[in-house]
Amino acid sequence: MTDTKKTDPAVTLPAQATDSPEPLLKVTGLTKHFPITKGLLRRQSGAVKAVDGLDFDVRRGETLGVVGESGCGKSTMGRLITRLLEPTGGTIEFEGKDITHLGVAGMRPLRRDVQMIFQDPYGSLNPRHTVGTIVSAPFKLQNVTPEGGLKAEVQRLLSLVGLNPEHYNRYPHEFSGGQRQRIGIARALALKPKLVVADEPVSALDVSIQAQVVNLLDDLQQELGLTYVIIAHDLSVIRHVSDRIAVMYLGKIVELADNKSLYGEPMHPYTTALMSAVPVPDPRRRGAKSGRILLKGDVPSPISPPSGCRFHTRCWKATQICATQEPPLLALKAGHQVACHHPENAPDQAPDDKPLPGASDAVTTATD
Amino acid sequence: MTDPTTKTGETGALNQPYDGAPSSTAFLDVRDLKVHFPTEDGLVKSVDGLSFTLEKGRTLGIVGESGSGKSVTSLGIMGLHRVGQYGRQRARISGEIWLDGKELLSADEDEVRRLRGREIAMIFQDPLSAMHPYFTVGKQISEAYRVHHKVDKKAARKRAVELLDRVGIPEPHKRFDSYPHEFSGGMRQRAMIAMALVNNPELLIADEPTTALDVTVQAQILDLIRDLQKEFGSAVIMITHDLGVVAEMADELLVMYGGRCVERGTAEKVFYEPRHPYTWGLLGSMPRIDREQTERLIPVKGSPPSLINIPSGCAFNPRCPYADVPKGNVTRTVRPELTAQDDTGQDGTRHWSACHMSQEERTRIWTEEIAPKL
Repeated sequence: MTDTKKTDPAVTLPAQATDSPEPLLKVTGLTKHFPITKGLLRRQSGAVKAVDGLDFDVRRGETLGVVGESGCGKSTMGRLITRLLEPTGGTIEFEGKDITHLGVAGMRPLRRDVQMIFQDPYGSLNPRHTVGTIVSAPFKLQNVTPEGGLKAEVQRLLSLVGLNPEHYNRYPHEFSGGQRQRIGIARALALKPKLVVADEPVSALDVSIQAQVVNLLDDLQQELGLTYVIIAHDLSVIRHVSDRIAVMYLGKIVELADNKSLYGEPMHPYTTALMSAVPVPDPRRRGAKSGRILLKGDVPSPISPPSGCRFHTRCWKATQICATQEPPLLALKAGHQVACHHPENAPDQAPDDKPLPGASDAVTTATD
Repeated sequence: MTDPTTKTGETGALNQPYDGAPSSTAFLDVRDLKVHFPTEDGLVKSVDGLSFTLEKGRTLGIVGESGSGKSVTSLGIMGLHRVGQYGRQRARISGEIWLDGKELLSADEDEVRRLRGREIAMIFQDPLSAMHPYFTVGKQISEAYRVHHKVDKKAARKRAVELLDRVGIPEPHKRFDSYPHEFSGGMRQRAMIAMALVNNPELLIADEPTTALDVTVQAQILDLIRDLQKEFGSAVIMITHDLGVVAEMADELLVMYGGRCVERGTAEKVFYEPRHPYTWGLLGSMPRIDREQTERLIPVKGSPPSLINIPSGCAFNPRCPYADVPKGNVTRTVRPELTAQDDTGQDGTRHWSACHMSQEERTRIWTEEIAPKL
């Protein structure tokens, strides 16, 4: 129904696997620019291009992991697809319905189907409400009376996420961080959503608690047939929870692939660098990480992102074409899309191009 | 208690109360350190009897969950709990901290101030709150130098620029005059490392130095700390909750739980032959980037104990999956002491753990039940 929107020439739409019928969520050319205003008249002087043209699908029952460094736009993306932010451009379709510019009232019925789990279990629960009030809020807002009564349903939800149902009348401050995150999960699941967007659901938690919550999310998905979009910066967590993974850099998806394919044969140099930077919890590997790639410097500003491929300023494989022409997100292998002129583990897309001066100094390979 | 003349071998009094033993030859020797905070709700026993030693040129990783006493330990060594505002006693500290033959807890404030920043330096987690927003980065670094060296501003500036250059800040001459907010997170962390290293400290304490940073920047910073340690030969204490970071950095590992050490040994031993159920829990909880999706994580059930009511006996007992394994005639309310295993690490570091289960039992559980699932 939104065929007219497929106009962005820089982005080749992925050759989708035809076996999956209709995706639960379909995102096309999604952009979000936050205006920067200057002076008394608050004239717009620029924009933070937080999300700058995303195309992806979320299939039913899968977990899509979204990973990237801070400032890459992954959280903004999460807030866009849950429509907590108004997109600047592009379309979002949920179950075939265009929800890109629905108003608050228009979104209300959809809020039952799309829920969010937030990062900060301290900031996302109202300290003056009891757990019972917090978890029953979605029912009240949607005017739903669950079978067997509200209180019974809330207590069922609490025990579903591993909390004591008798703690119905307690306040958030009486719970630990991990327990609070469970309260947030219970609230998100109250209305039996189809899609749950979790923005860094475990990054504020200790390792042992993190594992409890990861397992809980996993169990709930099995039990309730949920679809997840999990946004995280931790590549190990993402590897553990995701079926497919999107790697973001400066507002763009640079690689989108199946779990196995991405971690086994990453194609984008940024993905490779990102992975080799993760410390491996194995002291015996310490000697054996020559060839580790260390990126230099910081991520450029999203206010004026680099021309062409946004990663070319830090990429050791960059050539002339990288600085001028933006690489499209192409499926170079079944289930593996990458936006790069010179991918690893795949044929070079621009083999005869001259290297950019200084590209070879862009990284150091640790040898010790 | 201040006689450092007679010396004995390493590992004299682990988790034992102070018995009058003289100082050891170790560069840093912490003995039965206790840091208790009196509060309205009761006494918070943040660190409750911690002992360890560390030699120059070595890195000790301290791991544990929030509230296990990692940071309080480091602040204790820095002497930052000594006197609170208006001379009020902030914390009750006991035990001994020997640094290079000097006992720090009984030393007077001036003495500690001379050491702090010069021989012991610290890298904090959050550089934005650790640096003063009103002063330029360069001024703060050169001030740290001038406090301990009688030099003029020009020489101090030269030294600060040299250090900024060493930690990889581009155009250090210009950046000297920047304010902390003008730096990115990674650069700020570099600047703080420069500040910590300006006096060539012999002991560097890094408290979650990379937790606030992205992985690519984390890799840069860890590399930098490693290079600098090689160059200056300092002893490093690396405090973190990230087992990946300690696996890359640490020679020795100390696992803390409820204010006490539950396991200590070489990184190799602790990762491959862990001897404490809590360490098993930490290893099982960790999603791994170097392995394909395993079935499930094996978390530790429950949550960390309150430091006001630390469980009697083994603090880990309420969460321990092996709490019901018969342990001979041991009473549950007795705290397990750290005991050394027979085997020693390659470099002579012994492997200590505090558990009531017999060593054979624990070796069996690890090799048969836990290791195959990881």
